[in-house]
Amino acid sequence: MDLAHTSSARLRVLHPVHAVLLAGMLPLFLGALLGDWAYSNNFDVQWINFAAWLNAGAMVFAGGALLWAGVDFLRRDVARDGRSTLFVLSLVATFVIGFVAALQHAKDAGATMPGALIFSVLTLLLAAVSVWLGFSTLRSGAGR
Amino acid sequence: MNRPQLLAIAATAIWLAGCGSDPAPTQYGPNPDLPHPSRGLLPSMTIAKPEGWGDRRPTVPAGYQVTAIATDLKIPRQTLVLPNGDILVAEGKGGGDATVKRPKDMIAGYLKKKGTSSVKGGDRLTLLRDSDGDGVYDGRTVFAENLNAPYGLALVGNELYVANQDALVRFDYRPGQTRRSGPPVVVAKLPAEINHHWTKALAASADGRTLFVGIGSNSNIGERGMAVEEERAMVWRVDARTGAHRRYATGLRNPTALAIQPGSNQLWAVVNERDELGPNLVPDYLTSVRQGAFYGWPYAYWGPNPDRRVRPFKEDMVGQAVRPDYSLQSHTAPLGLAFSAPAMGGPFADGVFIGLHGSWNREKPVGYKVIFVPFRGGRPSGAPVDFVTGFQADGKTFGRPVGVTVDPRGALIVADDLSNTIWRVTPTSARAAEPAVASR
Repeated sequence: MDLAHTSSARLRVLHPVHAVLLAGMLPLFLGALLGDWAYSNNFDVQWINFAAWLNAGAMVFAGGALLWAGVDFLRRDVARDGRSTLFVLSLVATFVIGFVAALQHAKDAGATMPGALIFSVLTLLLAAVSVWLGFSTLRSGAGR
Repeated sequence: MNRPQLLAIAATAIWLAGCGSDPAPTQYGPNPDLPHPSRGLLPSMTIAKPEGWGDRRPTVPAGYQVTAIATDLKIPRQTLVLPNGDILVAEGKGGGDATVKRPKDMIAGYLKKKGTSSVKGGDRLTLLRDSDGDGVYDGRTVFAENLNAPYGLALVGNELYVANQDALVRFDYRPGQTRRSGPPVVVAKLPAEINHHWTKALAASADGRTLFVGIGSNSNIGERGMAVEEERAMVWRVDARTGAHRRYATGLRNPTALAIQPGSNQLWAVVNERDELGPNLVPDYLTSVRQGAFYGWPYAYWGPNPDRRVRPFKEDMVGQAVRPDYSLQSHTAPLGLAFSAPAMGGPFADGVFIGLHGSWNREKPVGYKVIFVPFRGGRPSGAPVDFVTGFQADGKTFGRPVGVTVDPRGALIVADDLSNTIWRVTPTSARAAEPAVASR
């Protein structure tokens, strides 16, 4: 990363709570995907029920992470660059596609398939990209 | 054509053009249009906005009048006219134990609740009496209380049968009685696990030896798993003496009202069909119930049209599905069924009255009225006729019809579980109300 930015403005840091929100959505979206996969194999409804709740939980984390990133992005005193823009955009995409996945999970029984599984895969990929961008672009809250 | 008529047609045309997304196809009668299943990311929805009646009243055809004979009830659902003219009202609301399985159940439950009464179900039977035959029901007593969401009612001789959401019970009844004489006797336990569709409809055979019980499914389309659908979505025949039961007909998603056709021993039912296949699927229906027949739920609808939302799917069940007799349009939610009597007068003498509770799963609401389906030669014949309307206007909902019962003296009794009212519709023409025969 370009160190020049850090000298002119406050260090762009990843607050520990923001880090938890960001990383926390990953296992939850993964769980939703695994639940969908299990349901598509054996059609035991409890798997799709698990998936729906895991997706809902993940969306709480994703929403919080997005809100935090959005506020940071709009702050004048924090430096902005291409990667931080990309980070916010990827969180927006995660949230939107995750919400579509939630609606897919709200269909009844077999009507969830294959939509829920497809959107769970897309959401997990977007979430992984967001986590990668977040942790690689921003400094840890401990600073250097 | 006169001017008001022209204006009415113009207004209707504009109004139809204005409500775009789900125009109703021709969906009444034996051969309804069945569009392709369609459901967007969200199901189309319009939840009723409850409002007090104020000075308004339901609308009835010319030559009839409507009066509220009881108000402030606690979720009146079904009624029974006793031989002496007294009216029993079953009040209650079940299904409270149905668990929330998904985030969707929580949200949908909250939304649908907004379209219903906030009053707690009474779990009781209220008896209404018109002591001097003037049409004013001046007597009101609690016949029985502490029941469990009572719904279906039937009188056989001196025995009053009540279908609670978990059991069929019996009270002794003597003409003129206003209060139960003893605790209820359990005739048969009924399937009660979850009770997603909790209403237990009831009708007694002509000879009184068999009781038909309607048992609704435990889900819309199997989303709670098929294990919980054991003994659900069917009609049982229960031996009145022994309580032993057998399956009479299956695949009836939610048979909410049953009736025996006068002059025969033929059982008829109104059935609420599945949701979330679009605004014009699947038609709710009226049908004669054939012993041993499978009416499709969950694998098929309206005969052999497969519904592949069910997993695992049973292909062989599709071909076995029987077509019902008469479509009542999708999502109208029929909850009341009663055969008419000659005393109802001219065009309404031969046929059935049906209470339509009204839709949630389409943008333009349907139902919210009582209709009459004319019969000829013992079968439905021709288009339905509106009998009681005006439950909805200007986007507000004043009432939702449930049970309908014909008083053979010439009256239709309509239970309204939104305004918690019992409505009585009578012909205004000459025939003065006969004084209620009493052995009181």
